[in-house]
Amino acid sequence: MDILSIAIFVGVIGLTLAITYWAAKQTTTASDFYTAGGSLTGWQNGMAIAGDYLSAASFLGIAGAISLNGFDGFYYSVGWLTAYLVVLFLIAEPLRNLGKYTMADMIGSRFQARKIRGAAALNTITIVLFYMLAQLVGAGALIKLLLGIDYWISVLIVGVMMTVYVLFGGMTATSWVQIIKAILLMAGTIIISFLVLLKFNFNFIGMFDAMRTATPHGEAFLHSGVVYKDPIGLISVLIALVLGTAGLPHILMRFFTVKDAKTARSSVIYAVWIIGIFYVLTIFLGFGAAKFVGADAIVAENAAGNMAAPMLAGVLGGELLESFVAAVAFATILAVVAGLVLSGASAIAHDIYGEIIKKGKVTEKQAVNAARIAALSVSVVSILLALGSEKLNVAFLVSLAFCIAASANVPTILFTIYWKRFNTTGAVASMLTGLIVALVLVAMSPSVVNPVEGAAFFVGNPIFPYTNPAIVSVPAGFLAAIIGTLVSSRGKDEVYYAEVKFKAETGYRELGR
Amino acid sequence: MMSKNNKNKDLDFEKIINTPEFKSLVKRKAAFSRPYVIFFFAVFFSLPILTSYTSILEARAIGWMTWTWVYSFGIFIMVWVLTSIYMNKAKEFDKDVEEILKKNVL
Repeated sequence: MDILSIAIFVGVIGLTLAITYWAAKQTTTASDFYTAGGSLTGWQNGMAIAGDYLSAASFLGIAGAISLNGFDGFYYSVGWLTAYLVVLFLIAEPLRNLGKYTMADMIGSRFQARKIRGAAALNTITIVLFYMLAQLVGAGALIKLLLGIDYWISVLIVGVMMTVYVLFGGMTATSWVQIIKAILLMAGTIIISFLVLLKFNFNFIGMFDAMRTATPHGEAFLHSGVVYKDPIGLISVLIALVLGTAGLPHILMRFFTVKDAKTARSSVIYAVWIIGIFYVLTIFLGFGAAKFVGADAIVAENAAGNMAAPMLAGVLGGELLESFVAAVAFATILAVVAGLVLSGASAIAHDIYGEIIKKGKVTEKQAVNAARIAALSVSVVSILLALGSEKLNVAFLVSLAFCIAASANVPTILFTIYWKRFNTTGAVASMLTGLIVALVLVAMSPSVVNPVEGAAFFVGNPIFPYTNPAIVSVPAGFLAAIIGTLVSSRGKDEVYYAEVKFKAETGYRELGR
Repeated sequence: MMSKNNKNKDLDFEKIINTPEFKSLVKRKAAFSRPYVIFFFAVFFSLPILTSYTSILEARAIGWMTWTWVYSFGIFIMVWVLTSIYMNKAKEFDKDVEEILKKNVL
């Protein structure tokens, strides 16, 4: 498959670089760099949200998880889709109306204290680094398997590509890379699903019948509980999935790329259809891989099942389809990491440098330069971290990123919009408590300390029993916000509520802001 | 929906958010969203509760497609239906927002 694969890979790289070249010519201001000048249409941003959101964890991860664990893998599809109702009903429009480039802008529109912006930026950087590390290490392993090149070269290819997109093309290039990726991913997934259905003679119900005997789990494959035997552990994972999306900085940032709240709203609708259809199709990927590749073969290639989708493509469509799907996986990772670099850079250059250090007094030129330097720094740091993490099991970092987003960001975002009494102390308390509780509990969880040798960083009995701590850390984030607010005095924060509420509801803005 | 005028420094936000039109908009928005938000969280978290603490979803619904799957597909349909409902309702609110902006800002 070598020549063919390389040709398709080079095609993806060439196309995205051409877009970057075109985008670079239109990227002159900070607004261009962070938000593509707010020029995207609803469907463009909807596609880009899908491209930004459907990471390797969605494509390779869920396909593998369903193929190995049956319905338990599908929980991710259900949770990650339902999350968009939270985004649409509670967050998208006020966020678009209040923010400029970052999530911290939106919180900062009500609370001027610099420590708030600092805490929000810290959360963004933490989430970006964890999410990115999982993607880069996954990408390295994937390309190594697919093309047979060394891990470090694979990481460097992905790392250099994401840096080039963001550095030169900013949000315009990133958005179009994400749109193309969404198209490729949907095309690849629809083709595989069609071939799977063909194999089952288009008998959707019969497919479930066949799955009952196709895997080592037997009938249990069709029920919940192959992996999640503990109800609290399962609910904890689902809390992180359904709430986390509304606090992910790289997703929230996408809402600033459209001109107003109406367009932000319509982009969610497009995204929900694309993402929803994709997640329905994960059933065909997972069932097909379990039936036509087989659990043993999938596990032999990668213990977590990450190669299930490309292997299934190979079985059903031969080398051509396998190479195409491999390129789709590559494009998937590129689109996601580019979005992550951009949101990490915005937290450093706009929030920390521009707003905290320079107090908002930066020229357009300084702002763009700072953004580029920050993007380069984020890229270099994450590439170095990824190069050192080949042997580590980093898959849990994606759900940890969702957990931190849900615990540390979501309470503050919601209370900023909907609670008049909420104040600076509550916001800082919530953001830091959510972050620290999530990190500390994960450090004591089976993802880090595990009695099975090689399963985690340390061998031993975990102090905290659940791999995902959301069931404790999310309430902790909300409680800290409430307690922090109630124990501190009613200051001037309430005065700003009127202004923020008015702007959040109407989209009204002063000139020049 | 950006305003083109320059009077903003004089805008009394406290006064505007206490006008009957604005209060009614906020109230109607909340009255619309709240039941749906409670509903979709309830539907979503009922899935793990039903699968973990009962076995009713393990029964076969159609062939070997169990109720677990049917319920999950139901959640997908719920997401699509609720986004459409939201979209239609939001257009109504857009008109009220325009009225409020016209009255208070322009």
